[in-house]
Amino acid sequence: MLPLFHPLMQRLDSDFDIDQDDVGFESQDKDIIPAKHAYEVDFTVYSPEEIQGHQDKQIAEVSNILGQPPEATAILLRHARWNKERLIDQYMEKTDEVLERAGLGDTADAHPPRLERIPGFVCDICCEDDADLDTFAMICGHRFCVDCYKQYLQTKIKNEGEAARIRCPGDGCNRIVDSKSLDLLVSANLKDRYQELLTRTYVDDKDHLRWCPAPNCVYAVDCRIKDKDLMRIVPTVHCECSHFFCFGCSLNDHQPAPCSLVKKWLKKCEDDSETANWISANTKECPKCHSTIEKNGGCNHMTCRKCRNEFCWMCMGVWSEHGTSWYNCNRFEEKSGHEARDAQARSRQSLERYLHYYNRYANHEQSAKLDKDIFLKTEKKMTQLQNTTGMSWIEVQFLDSASQALQQCRQTLKWTYAFAYYLARNNLTEIFEDNQKDLEMAVENLSEMFEKPIDQLQGLKVEMMDKTAYCTKRRIILLDDTAQNLKEGKSLVRSLVLVTCTNQPLGQWKFNVTLP
Amino acid sequence: MFASKRLGKELQKLHDHVPPGIKLIKADDFQEWLMDIQVIDANPLYQGETYRLKFMFSGNYPIEAPEVVFVKDDAHPIPWHPHVYSNGIICLDLLDRQGWSPVHNVESVCVSLQSMLTSNTKKERPPGDDNFVRYNTQRPRDINFVFHDNQV
Repeated sequence: MLPLFHPLMQRLDSDFDIDQDDVGFESQDKDIIPAKHAYEVDFTVYSPEEIQGHQDKQIAEVSNILGQPPEATAILLRHARWNKERLIDQYMEKTDEVLERAGLGDTADAHPPRLERIPGFVCDICCEDDADLDTFAMICGHRFCVDCYKQYLQTKIKNEGEAARIRCPGDGCNRIVDSKSLDLLVSANLKDRYQELLTRTYVDDKDHLRWCPAPNCVYAVDCRIKDKDLMRIVPTVHCECSHFFCFGCSLNDHQPAPCSLVKKWLKKCEDDSETANWISANTKECPKCHSTIEKNGGCNHMTCRKCRNEFCWMCMGVWSEHGTSWYNCNRFEEKSGHEARDAQARSRQSLERYLHYYNRYANHEQSAKLDKDIFLKTEKKMTQLQNTTGMSWIEVQFLDSASQALQQCRQTLKWTYAFAYYLARNNLTEIFEDNQKDLEMAVENLSEMFEKPIDQLQGLKVEMMDKTAYCTKRRIILLDDTAQNLKEGKSLVRSLVLVTCTNQPLGQWKFNVTLP
Repeated sequence: MFASKRLGKELQKLHDHVPPGIKLIKADDFQEWLMDIQVIDANPLYQGETYRLKFMFSGNYPIEAPEVVFVKDDAHPIPWHPHVYSNGIICLDLLDRQGWSPVHNVESVCVSLQSMLTSNTKKERPPGDDNFVRYNTQRPRDINFVFHDNQV
């Protein structure tokens, strides 16, 4: 039994005579909170209502401190991009300046917004001058007719998606249209849109909030991972809508590879860098004018079409140096040829290396899609199994969980290849590759079982459940191990300082690329 | 509807009076107008030349900014300016969503462009002009310019 040092506990101990069994709080705690893996991060998912609640609470709080009405406080907070502390500091120091900059200058108090008819008024937008023209102006005095004002606000909200920082239509006027004025001018359905956009800016402005990128998803995720930690942590979060995504970059879950590597990898797959490699692996350049030449037959005596330079295809040396040994290059040691061959070999090797990783990366992506197709068939199989064998719904769920595990493992495997592409060779990398191999084998085994005919599936149930559990376990081991090594080791600063160094440490990992 | 009412009034005003160096060339409809501008001051870069501007209006003008470009033909070159691309596209905050105000009009845009040229001393194109002109397929209003130069 561990001794208790908590003062409260000691007091409790003396006040009440707690019997021995109850003192075991710690082990109970351990049972309740599952041990967190190194690759997991803390996050909370919020509904739109909760986000609205947060805003209202903060507005009320700051409104009290500043002594401003909630509407004005809301504008101030949005203007300060919801940085409460900074707003309060600045407000206390130079109130007028803060108000002016947020478009609330001078009397934010009296004058409720209202429509007026002004004799002799000409609207600068539509050039109307009817005597019965309703007009509107905020405190800045830029007066326009109501129709133009409405049209202006409608365009801003509907077409341009602006809300928190719509300015007065007057030229160069920085006054922000406050929500009371807006209420007076826009129709009800537009107000809803306006509210929605306001909520959006709240989430957009807060560093620790992010919208779930899944289509039509309304939730936002709160995660306190700092940008600078993204080199060492891959913050995969799980939205209420069941979508897994990376909090750092909003892409689909890409564990174990950190965001910066993912970005680099995706860019590499997209751009032409490997086309260039193909060219240098399969073609040669004329040693004189550097035109690209692909040799598709014939002898080694090359005459460049462009510059008429004569050279030997084998050694890339000048042909005249070959003397009389025509059509037979035996000049291995020539320096000029040696260098050309070296460069070519390097390109070839680099291309092969890239293709090795890319093929496997693409393969898992493709397989995940195929597995998904199979899953759709599986759903049918599940109903068939229920019909033919009399198994209950709950008894065929093992197929569902197997399929989900497969999807998730393939997603991870896919990114392990992008990750590995950038790894420098060392012991850690070997352990990583072992883990990768184990997971891959487990996944392929499970994937294979899916293709079995239905009548065999029932008998394979136990085996399949075992394999599913095994896959999941292997995935956790791989991710945990990788994340652990990413987190540990030297401080992140080192990898940021060493931007010019090619072998960069990220935690314990050494990479063969320069990271941003 | 919105645009035509306003443009009708603008047209009337332009027929009555135009500032020096500005000329209305074509305004047959409320979609596209042509205007000519000249730099009146003795700026050697623009001496003796006339530039043609094409204005394109959406139905929501003047709430939305018009699209304004220089057009090139035998009599009208594209003026040299570090904010004017050689295909006539103009990078000016006044014409962008952020800088536009519905209070502006065709005349005020012409005057602004005139003064933008007047104050310029550099016979230059914007950086990256070659690439931009070759690869840009966007309409001026869809391009996201970054305004960083407050000098010219």
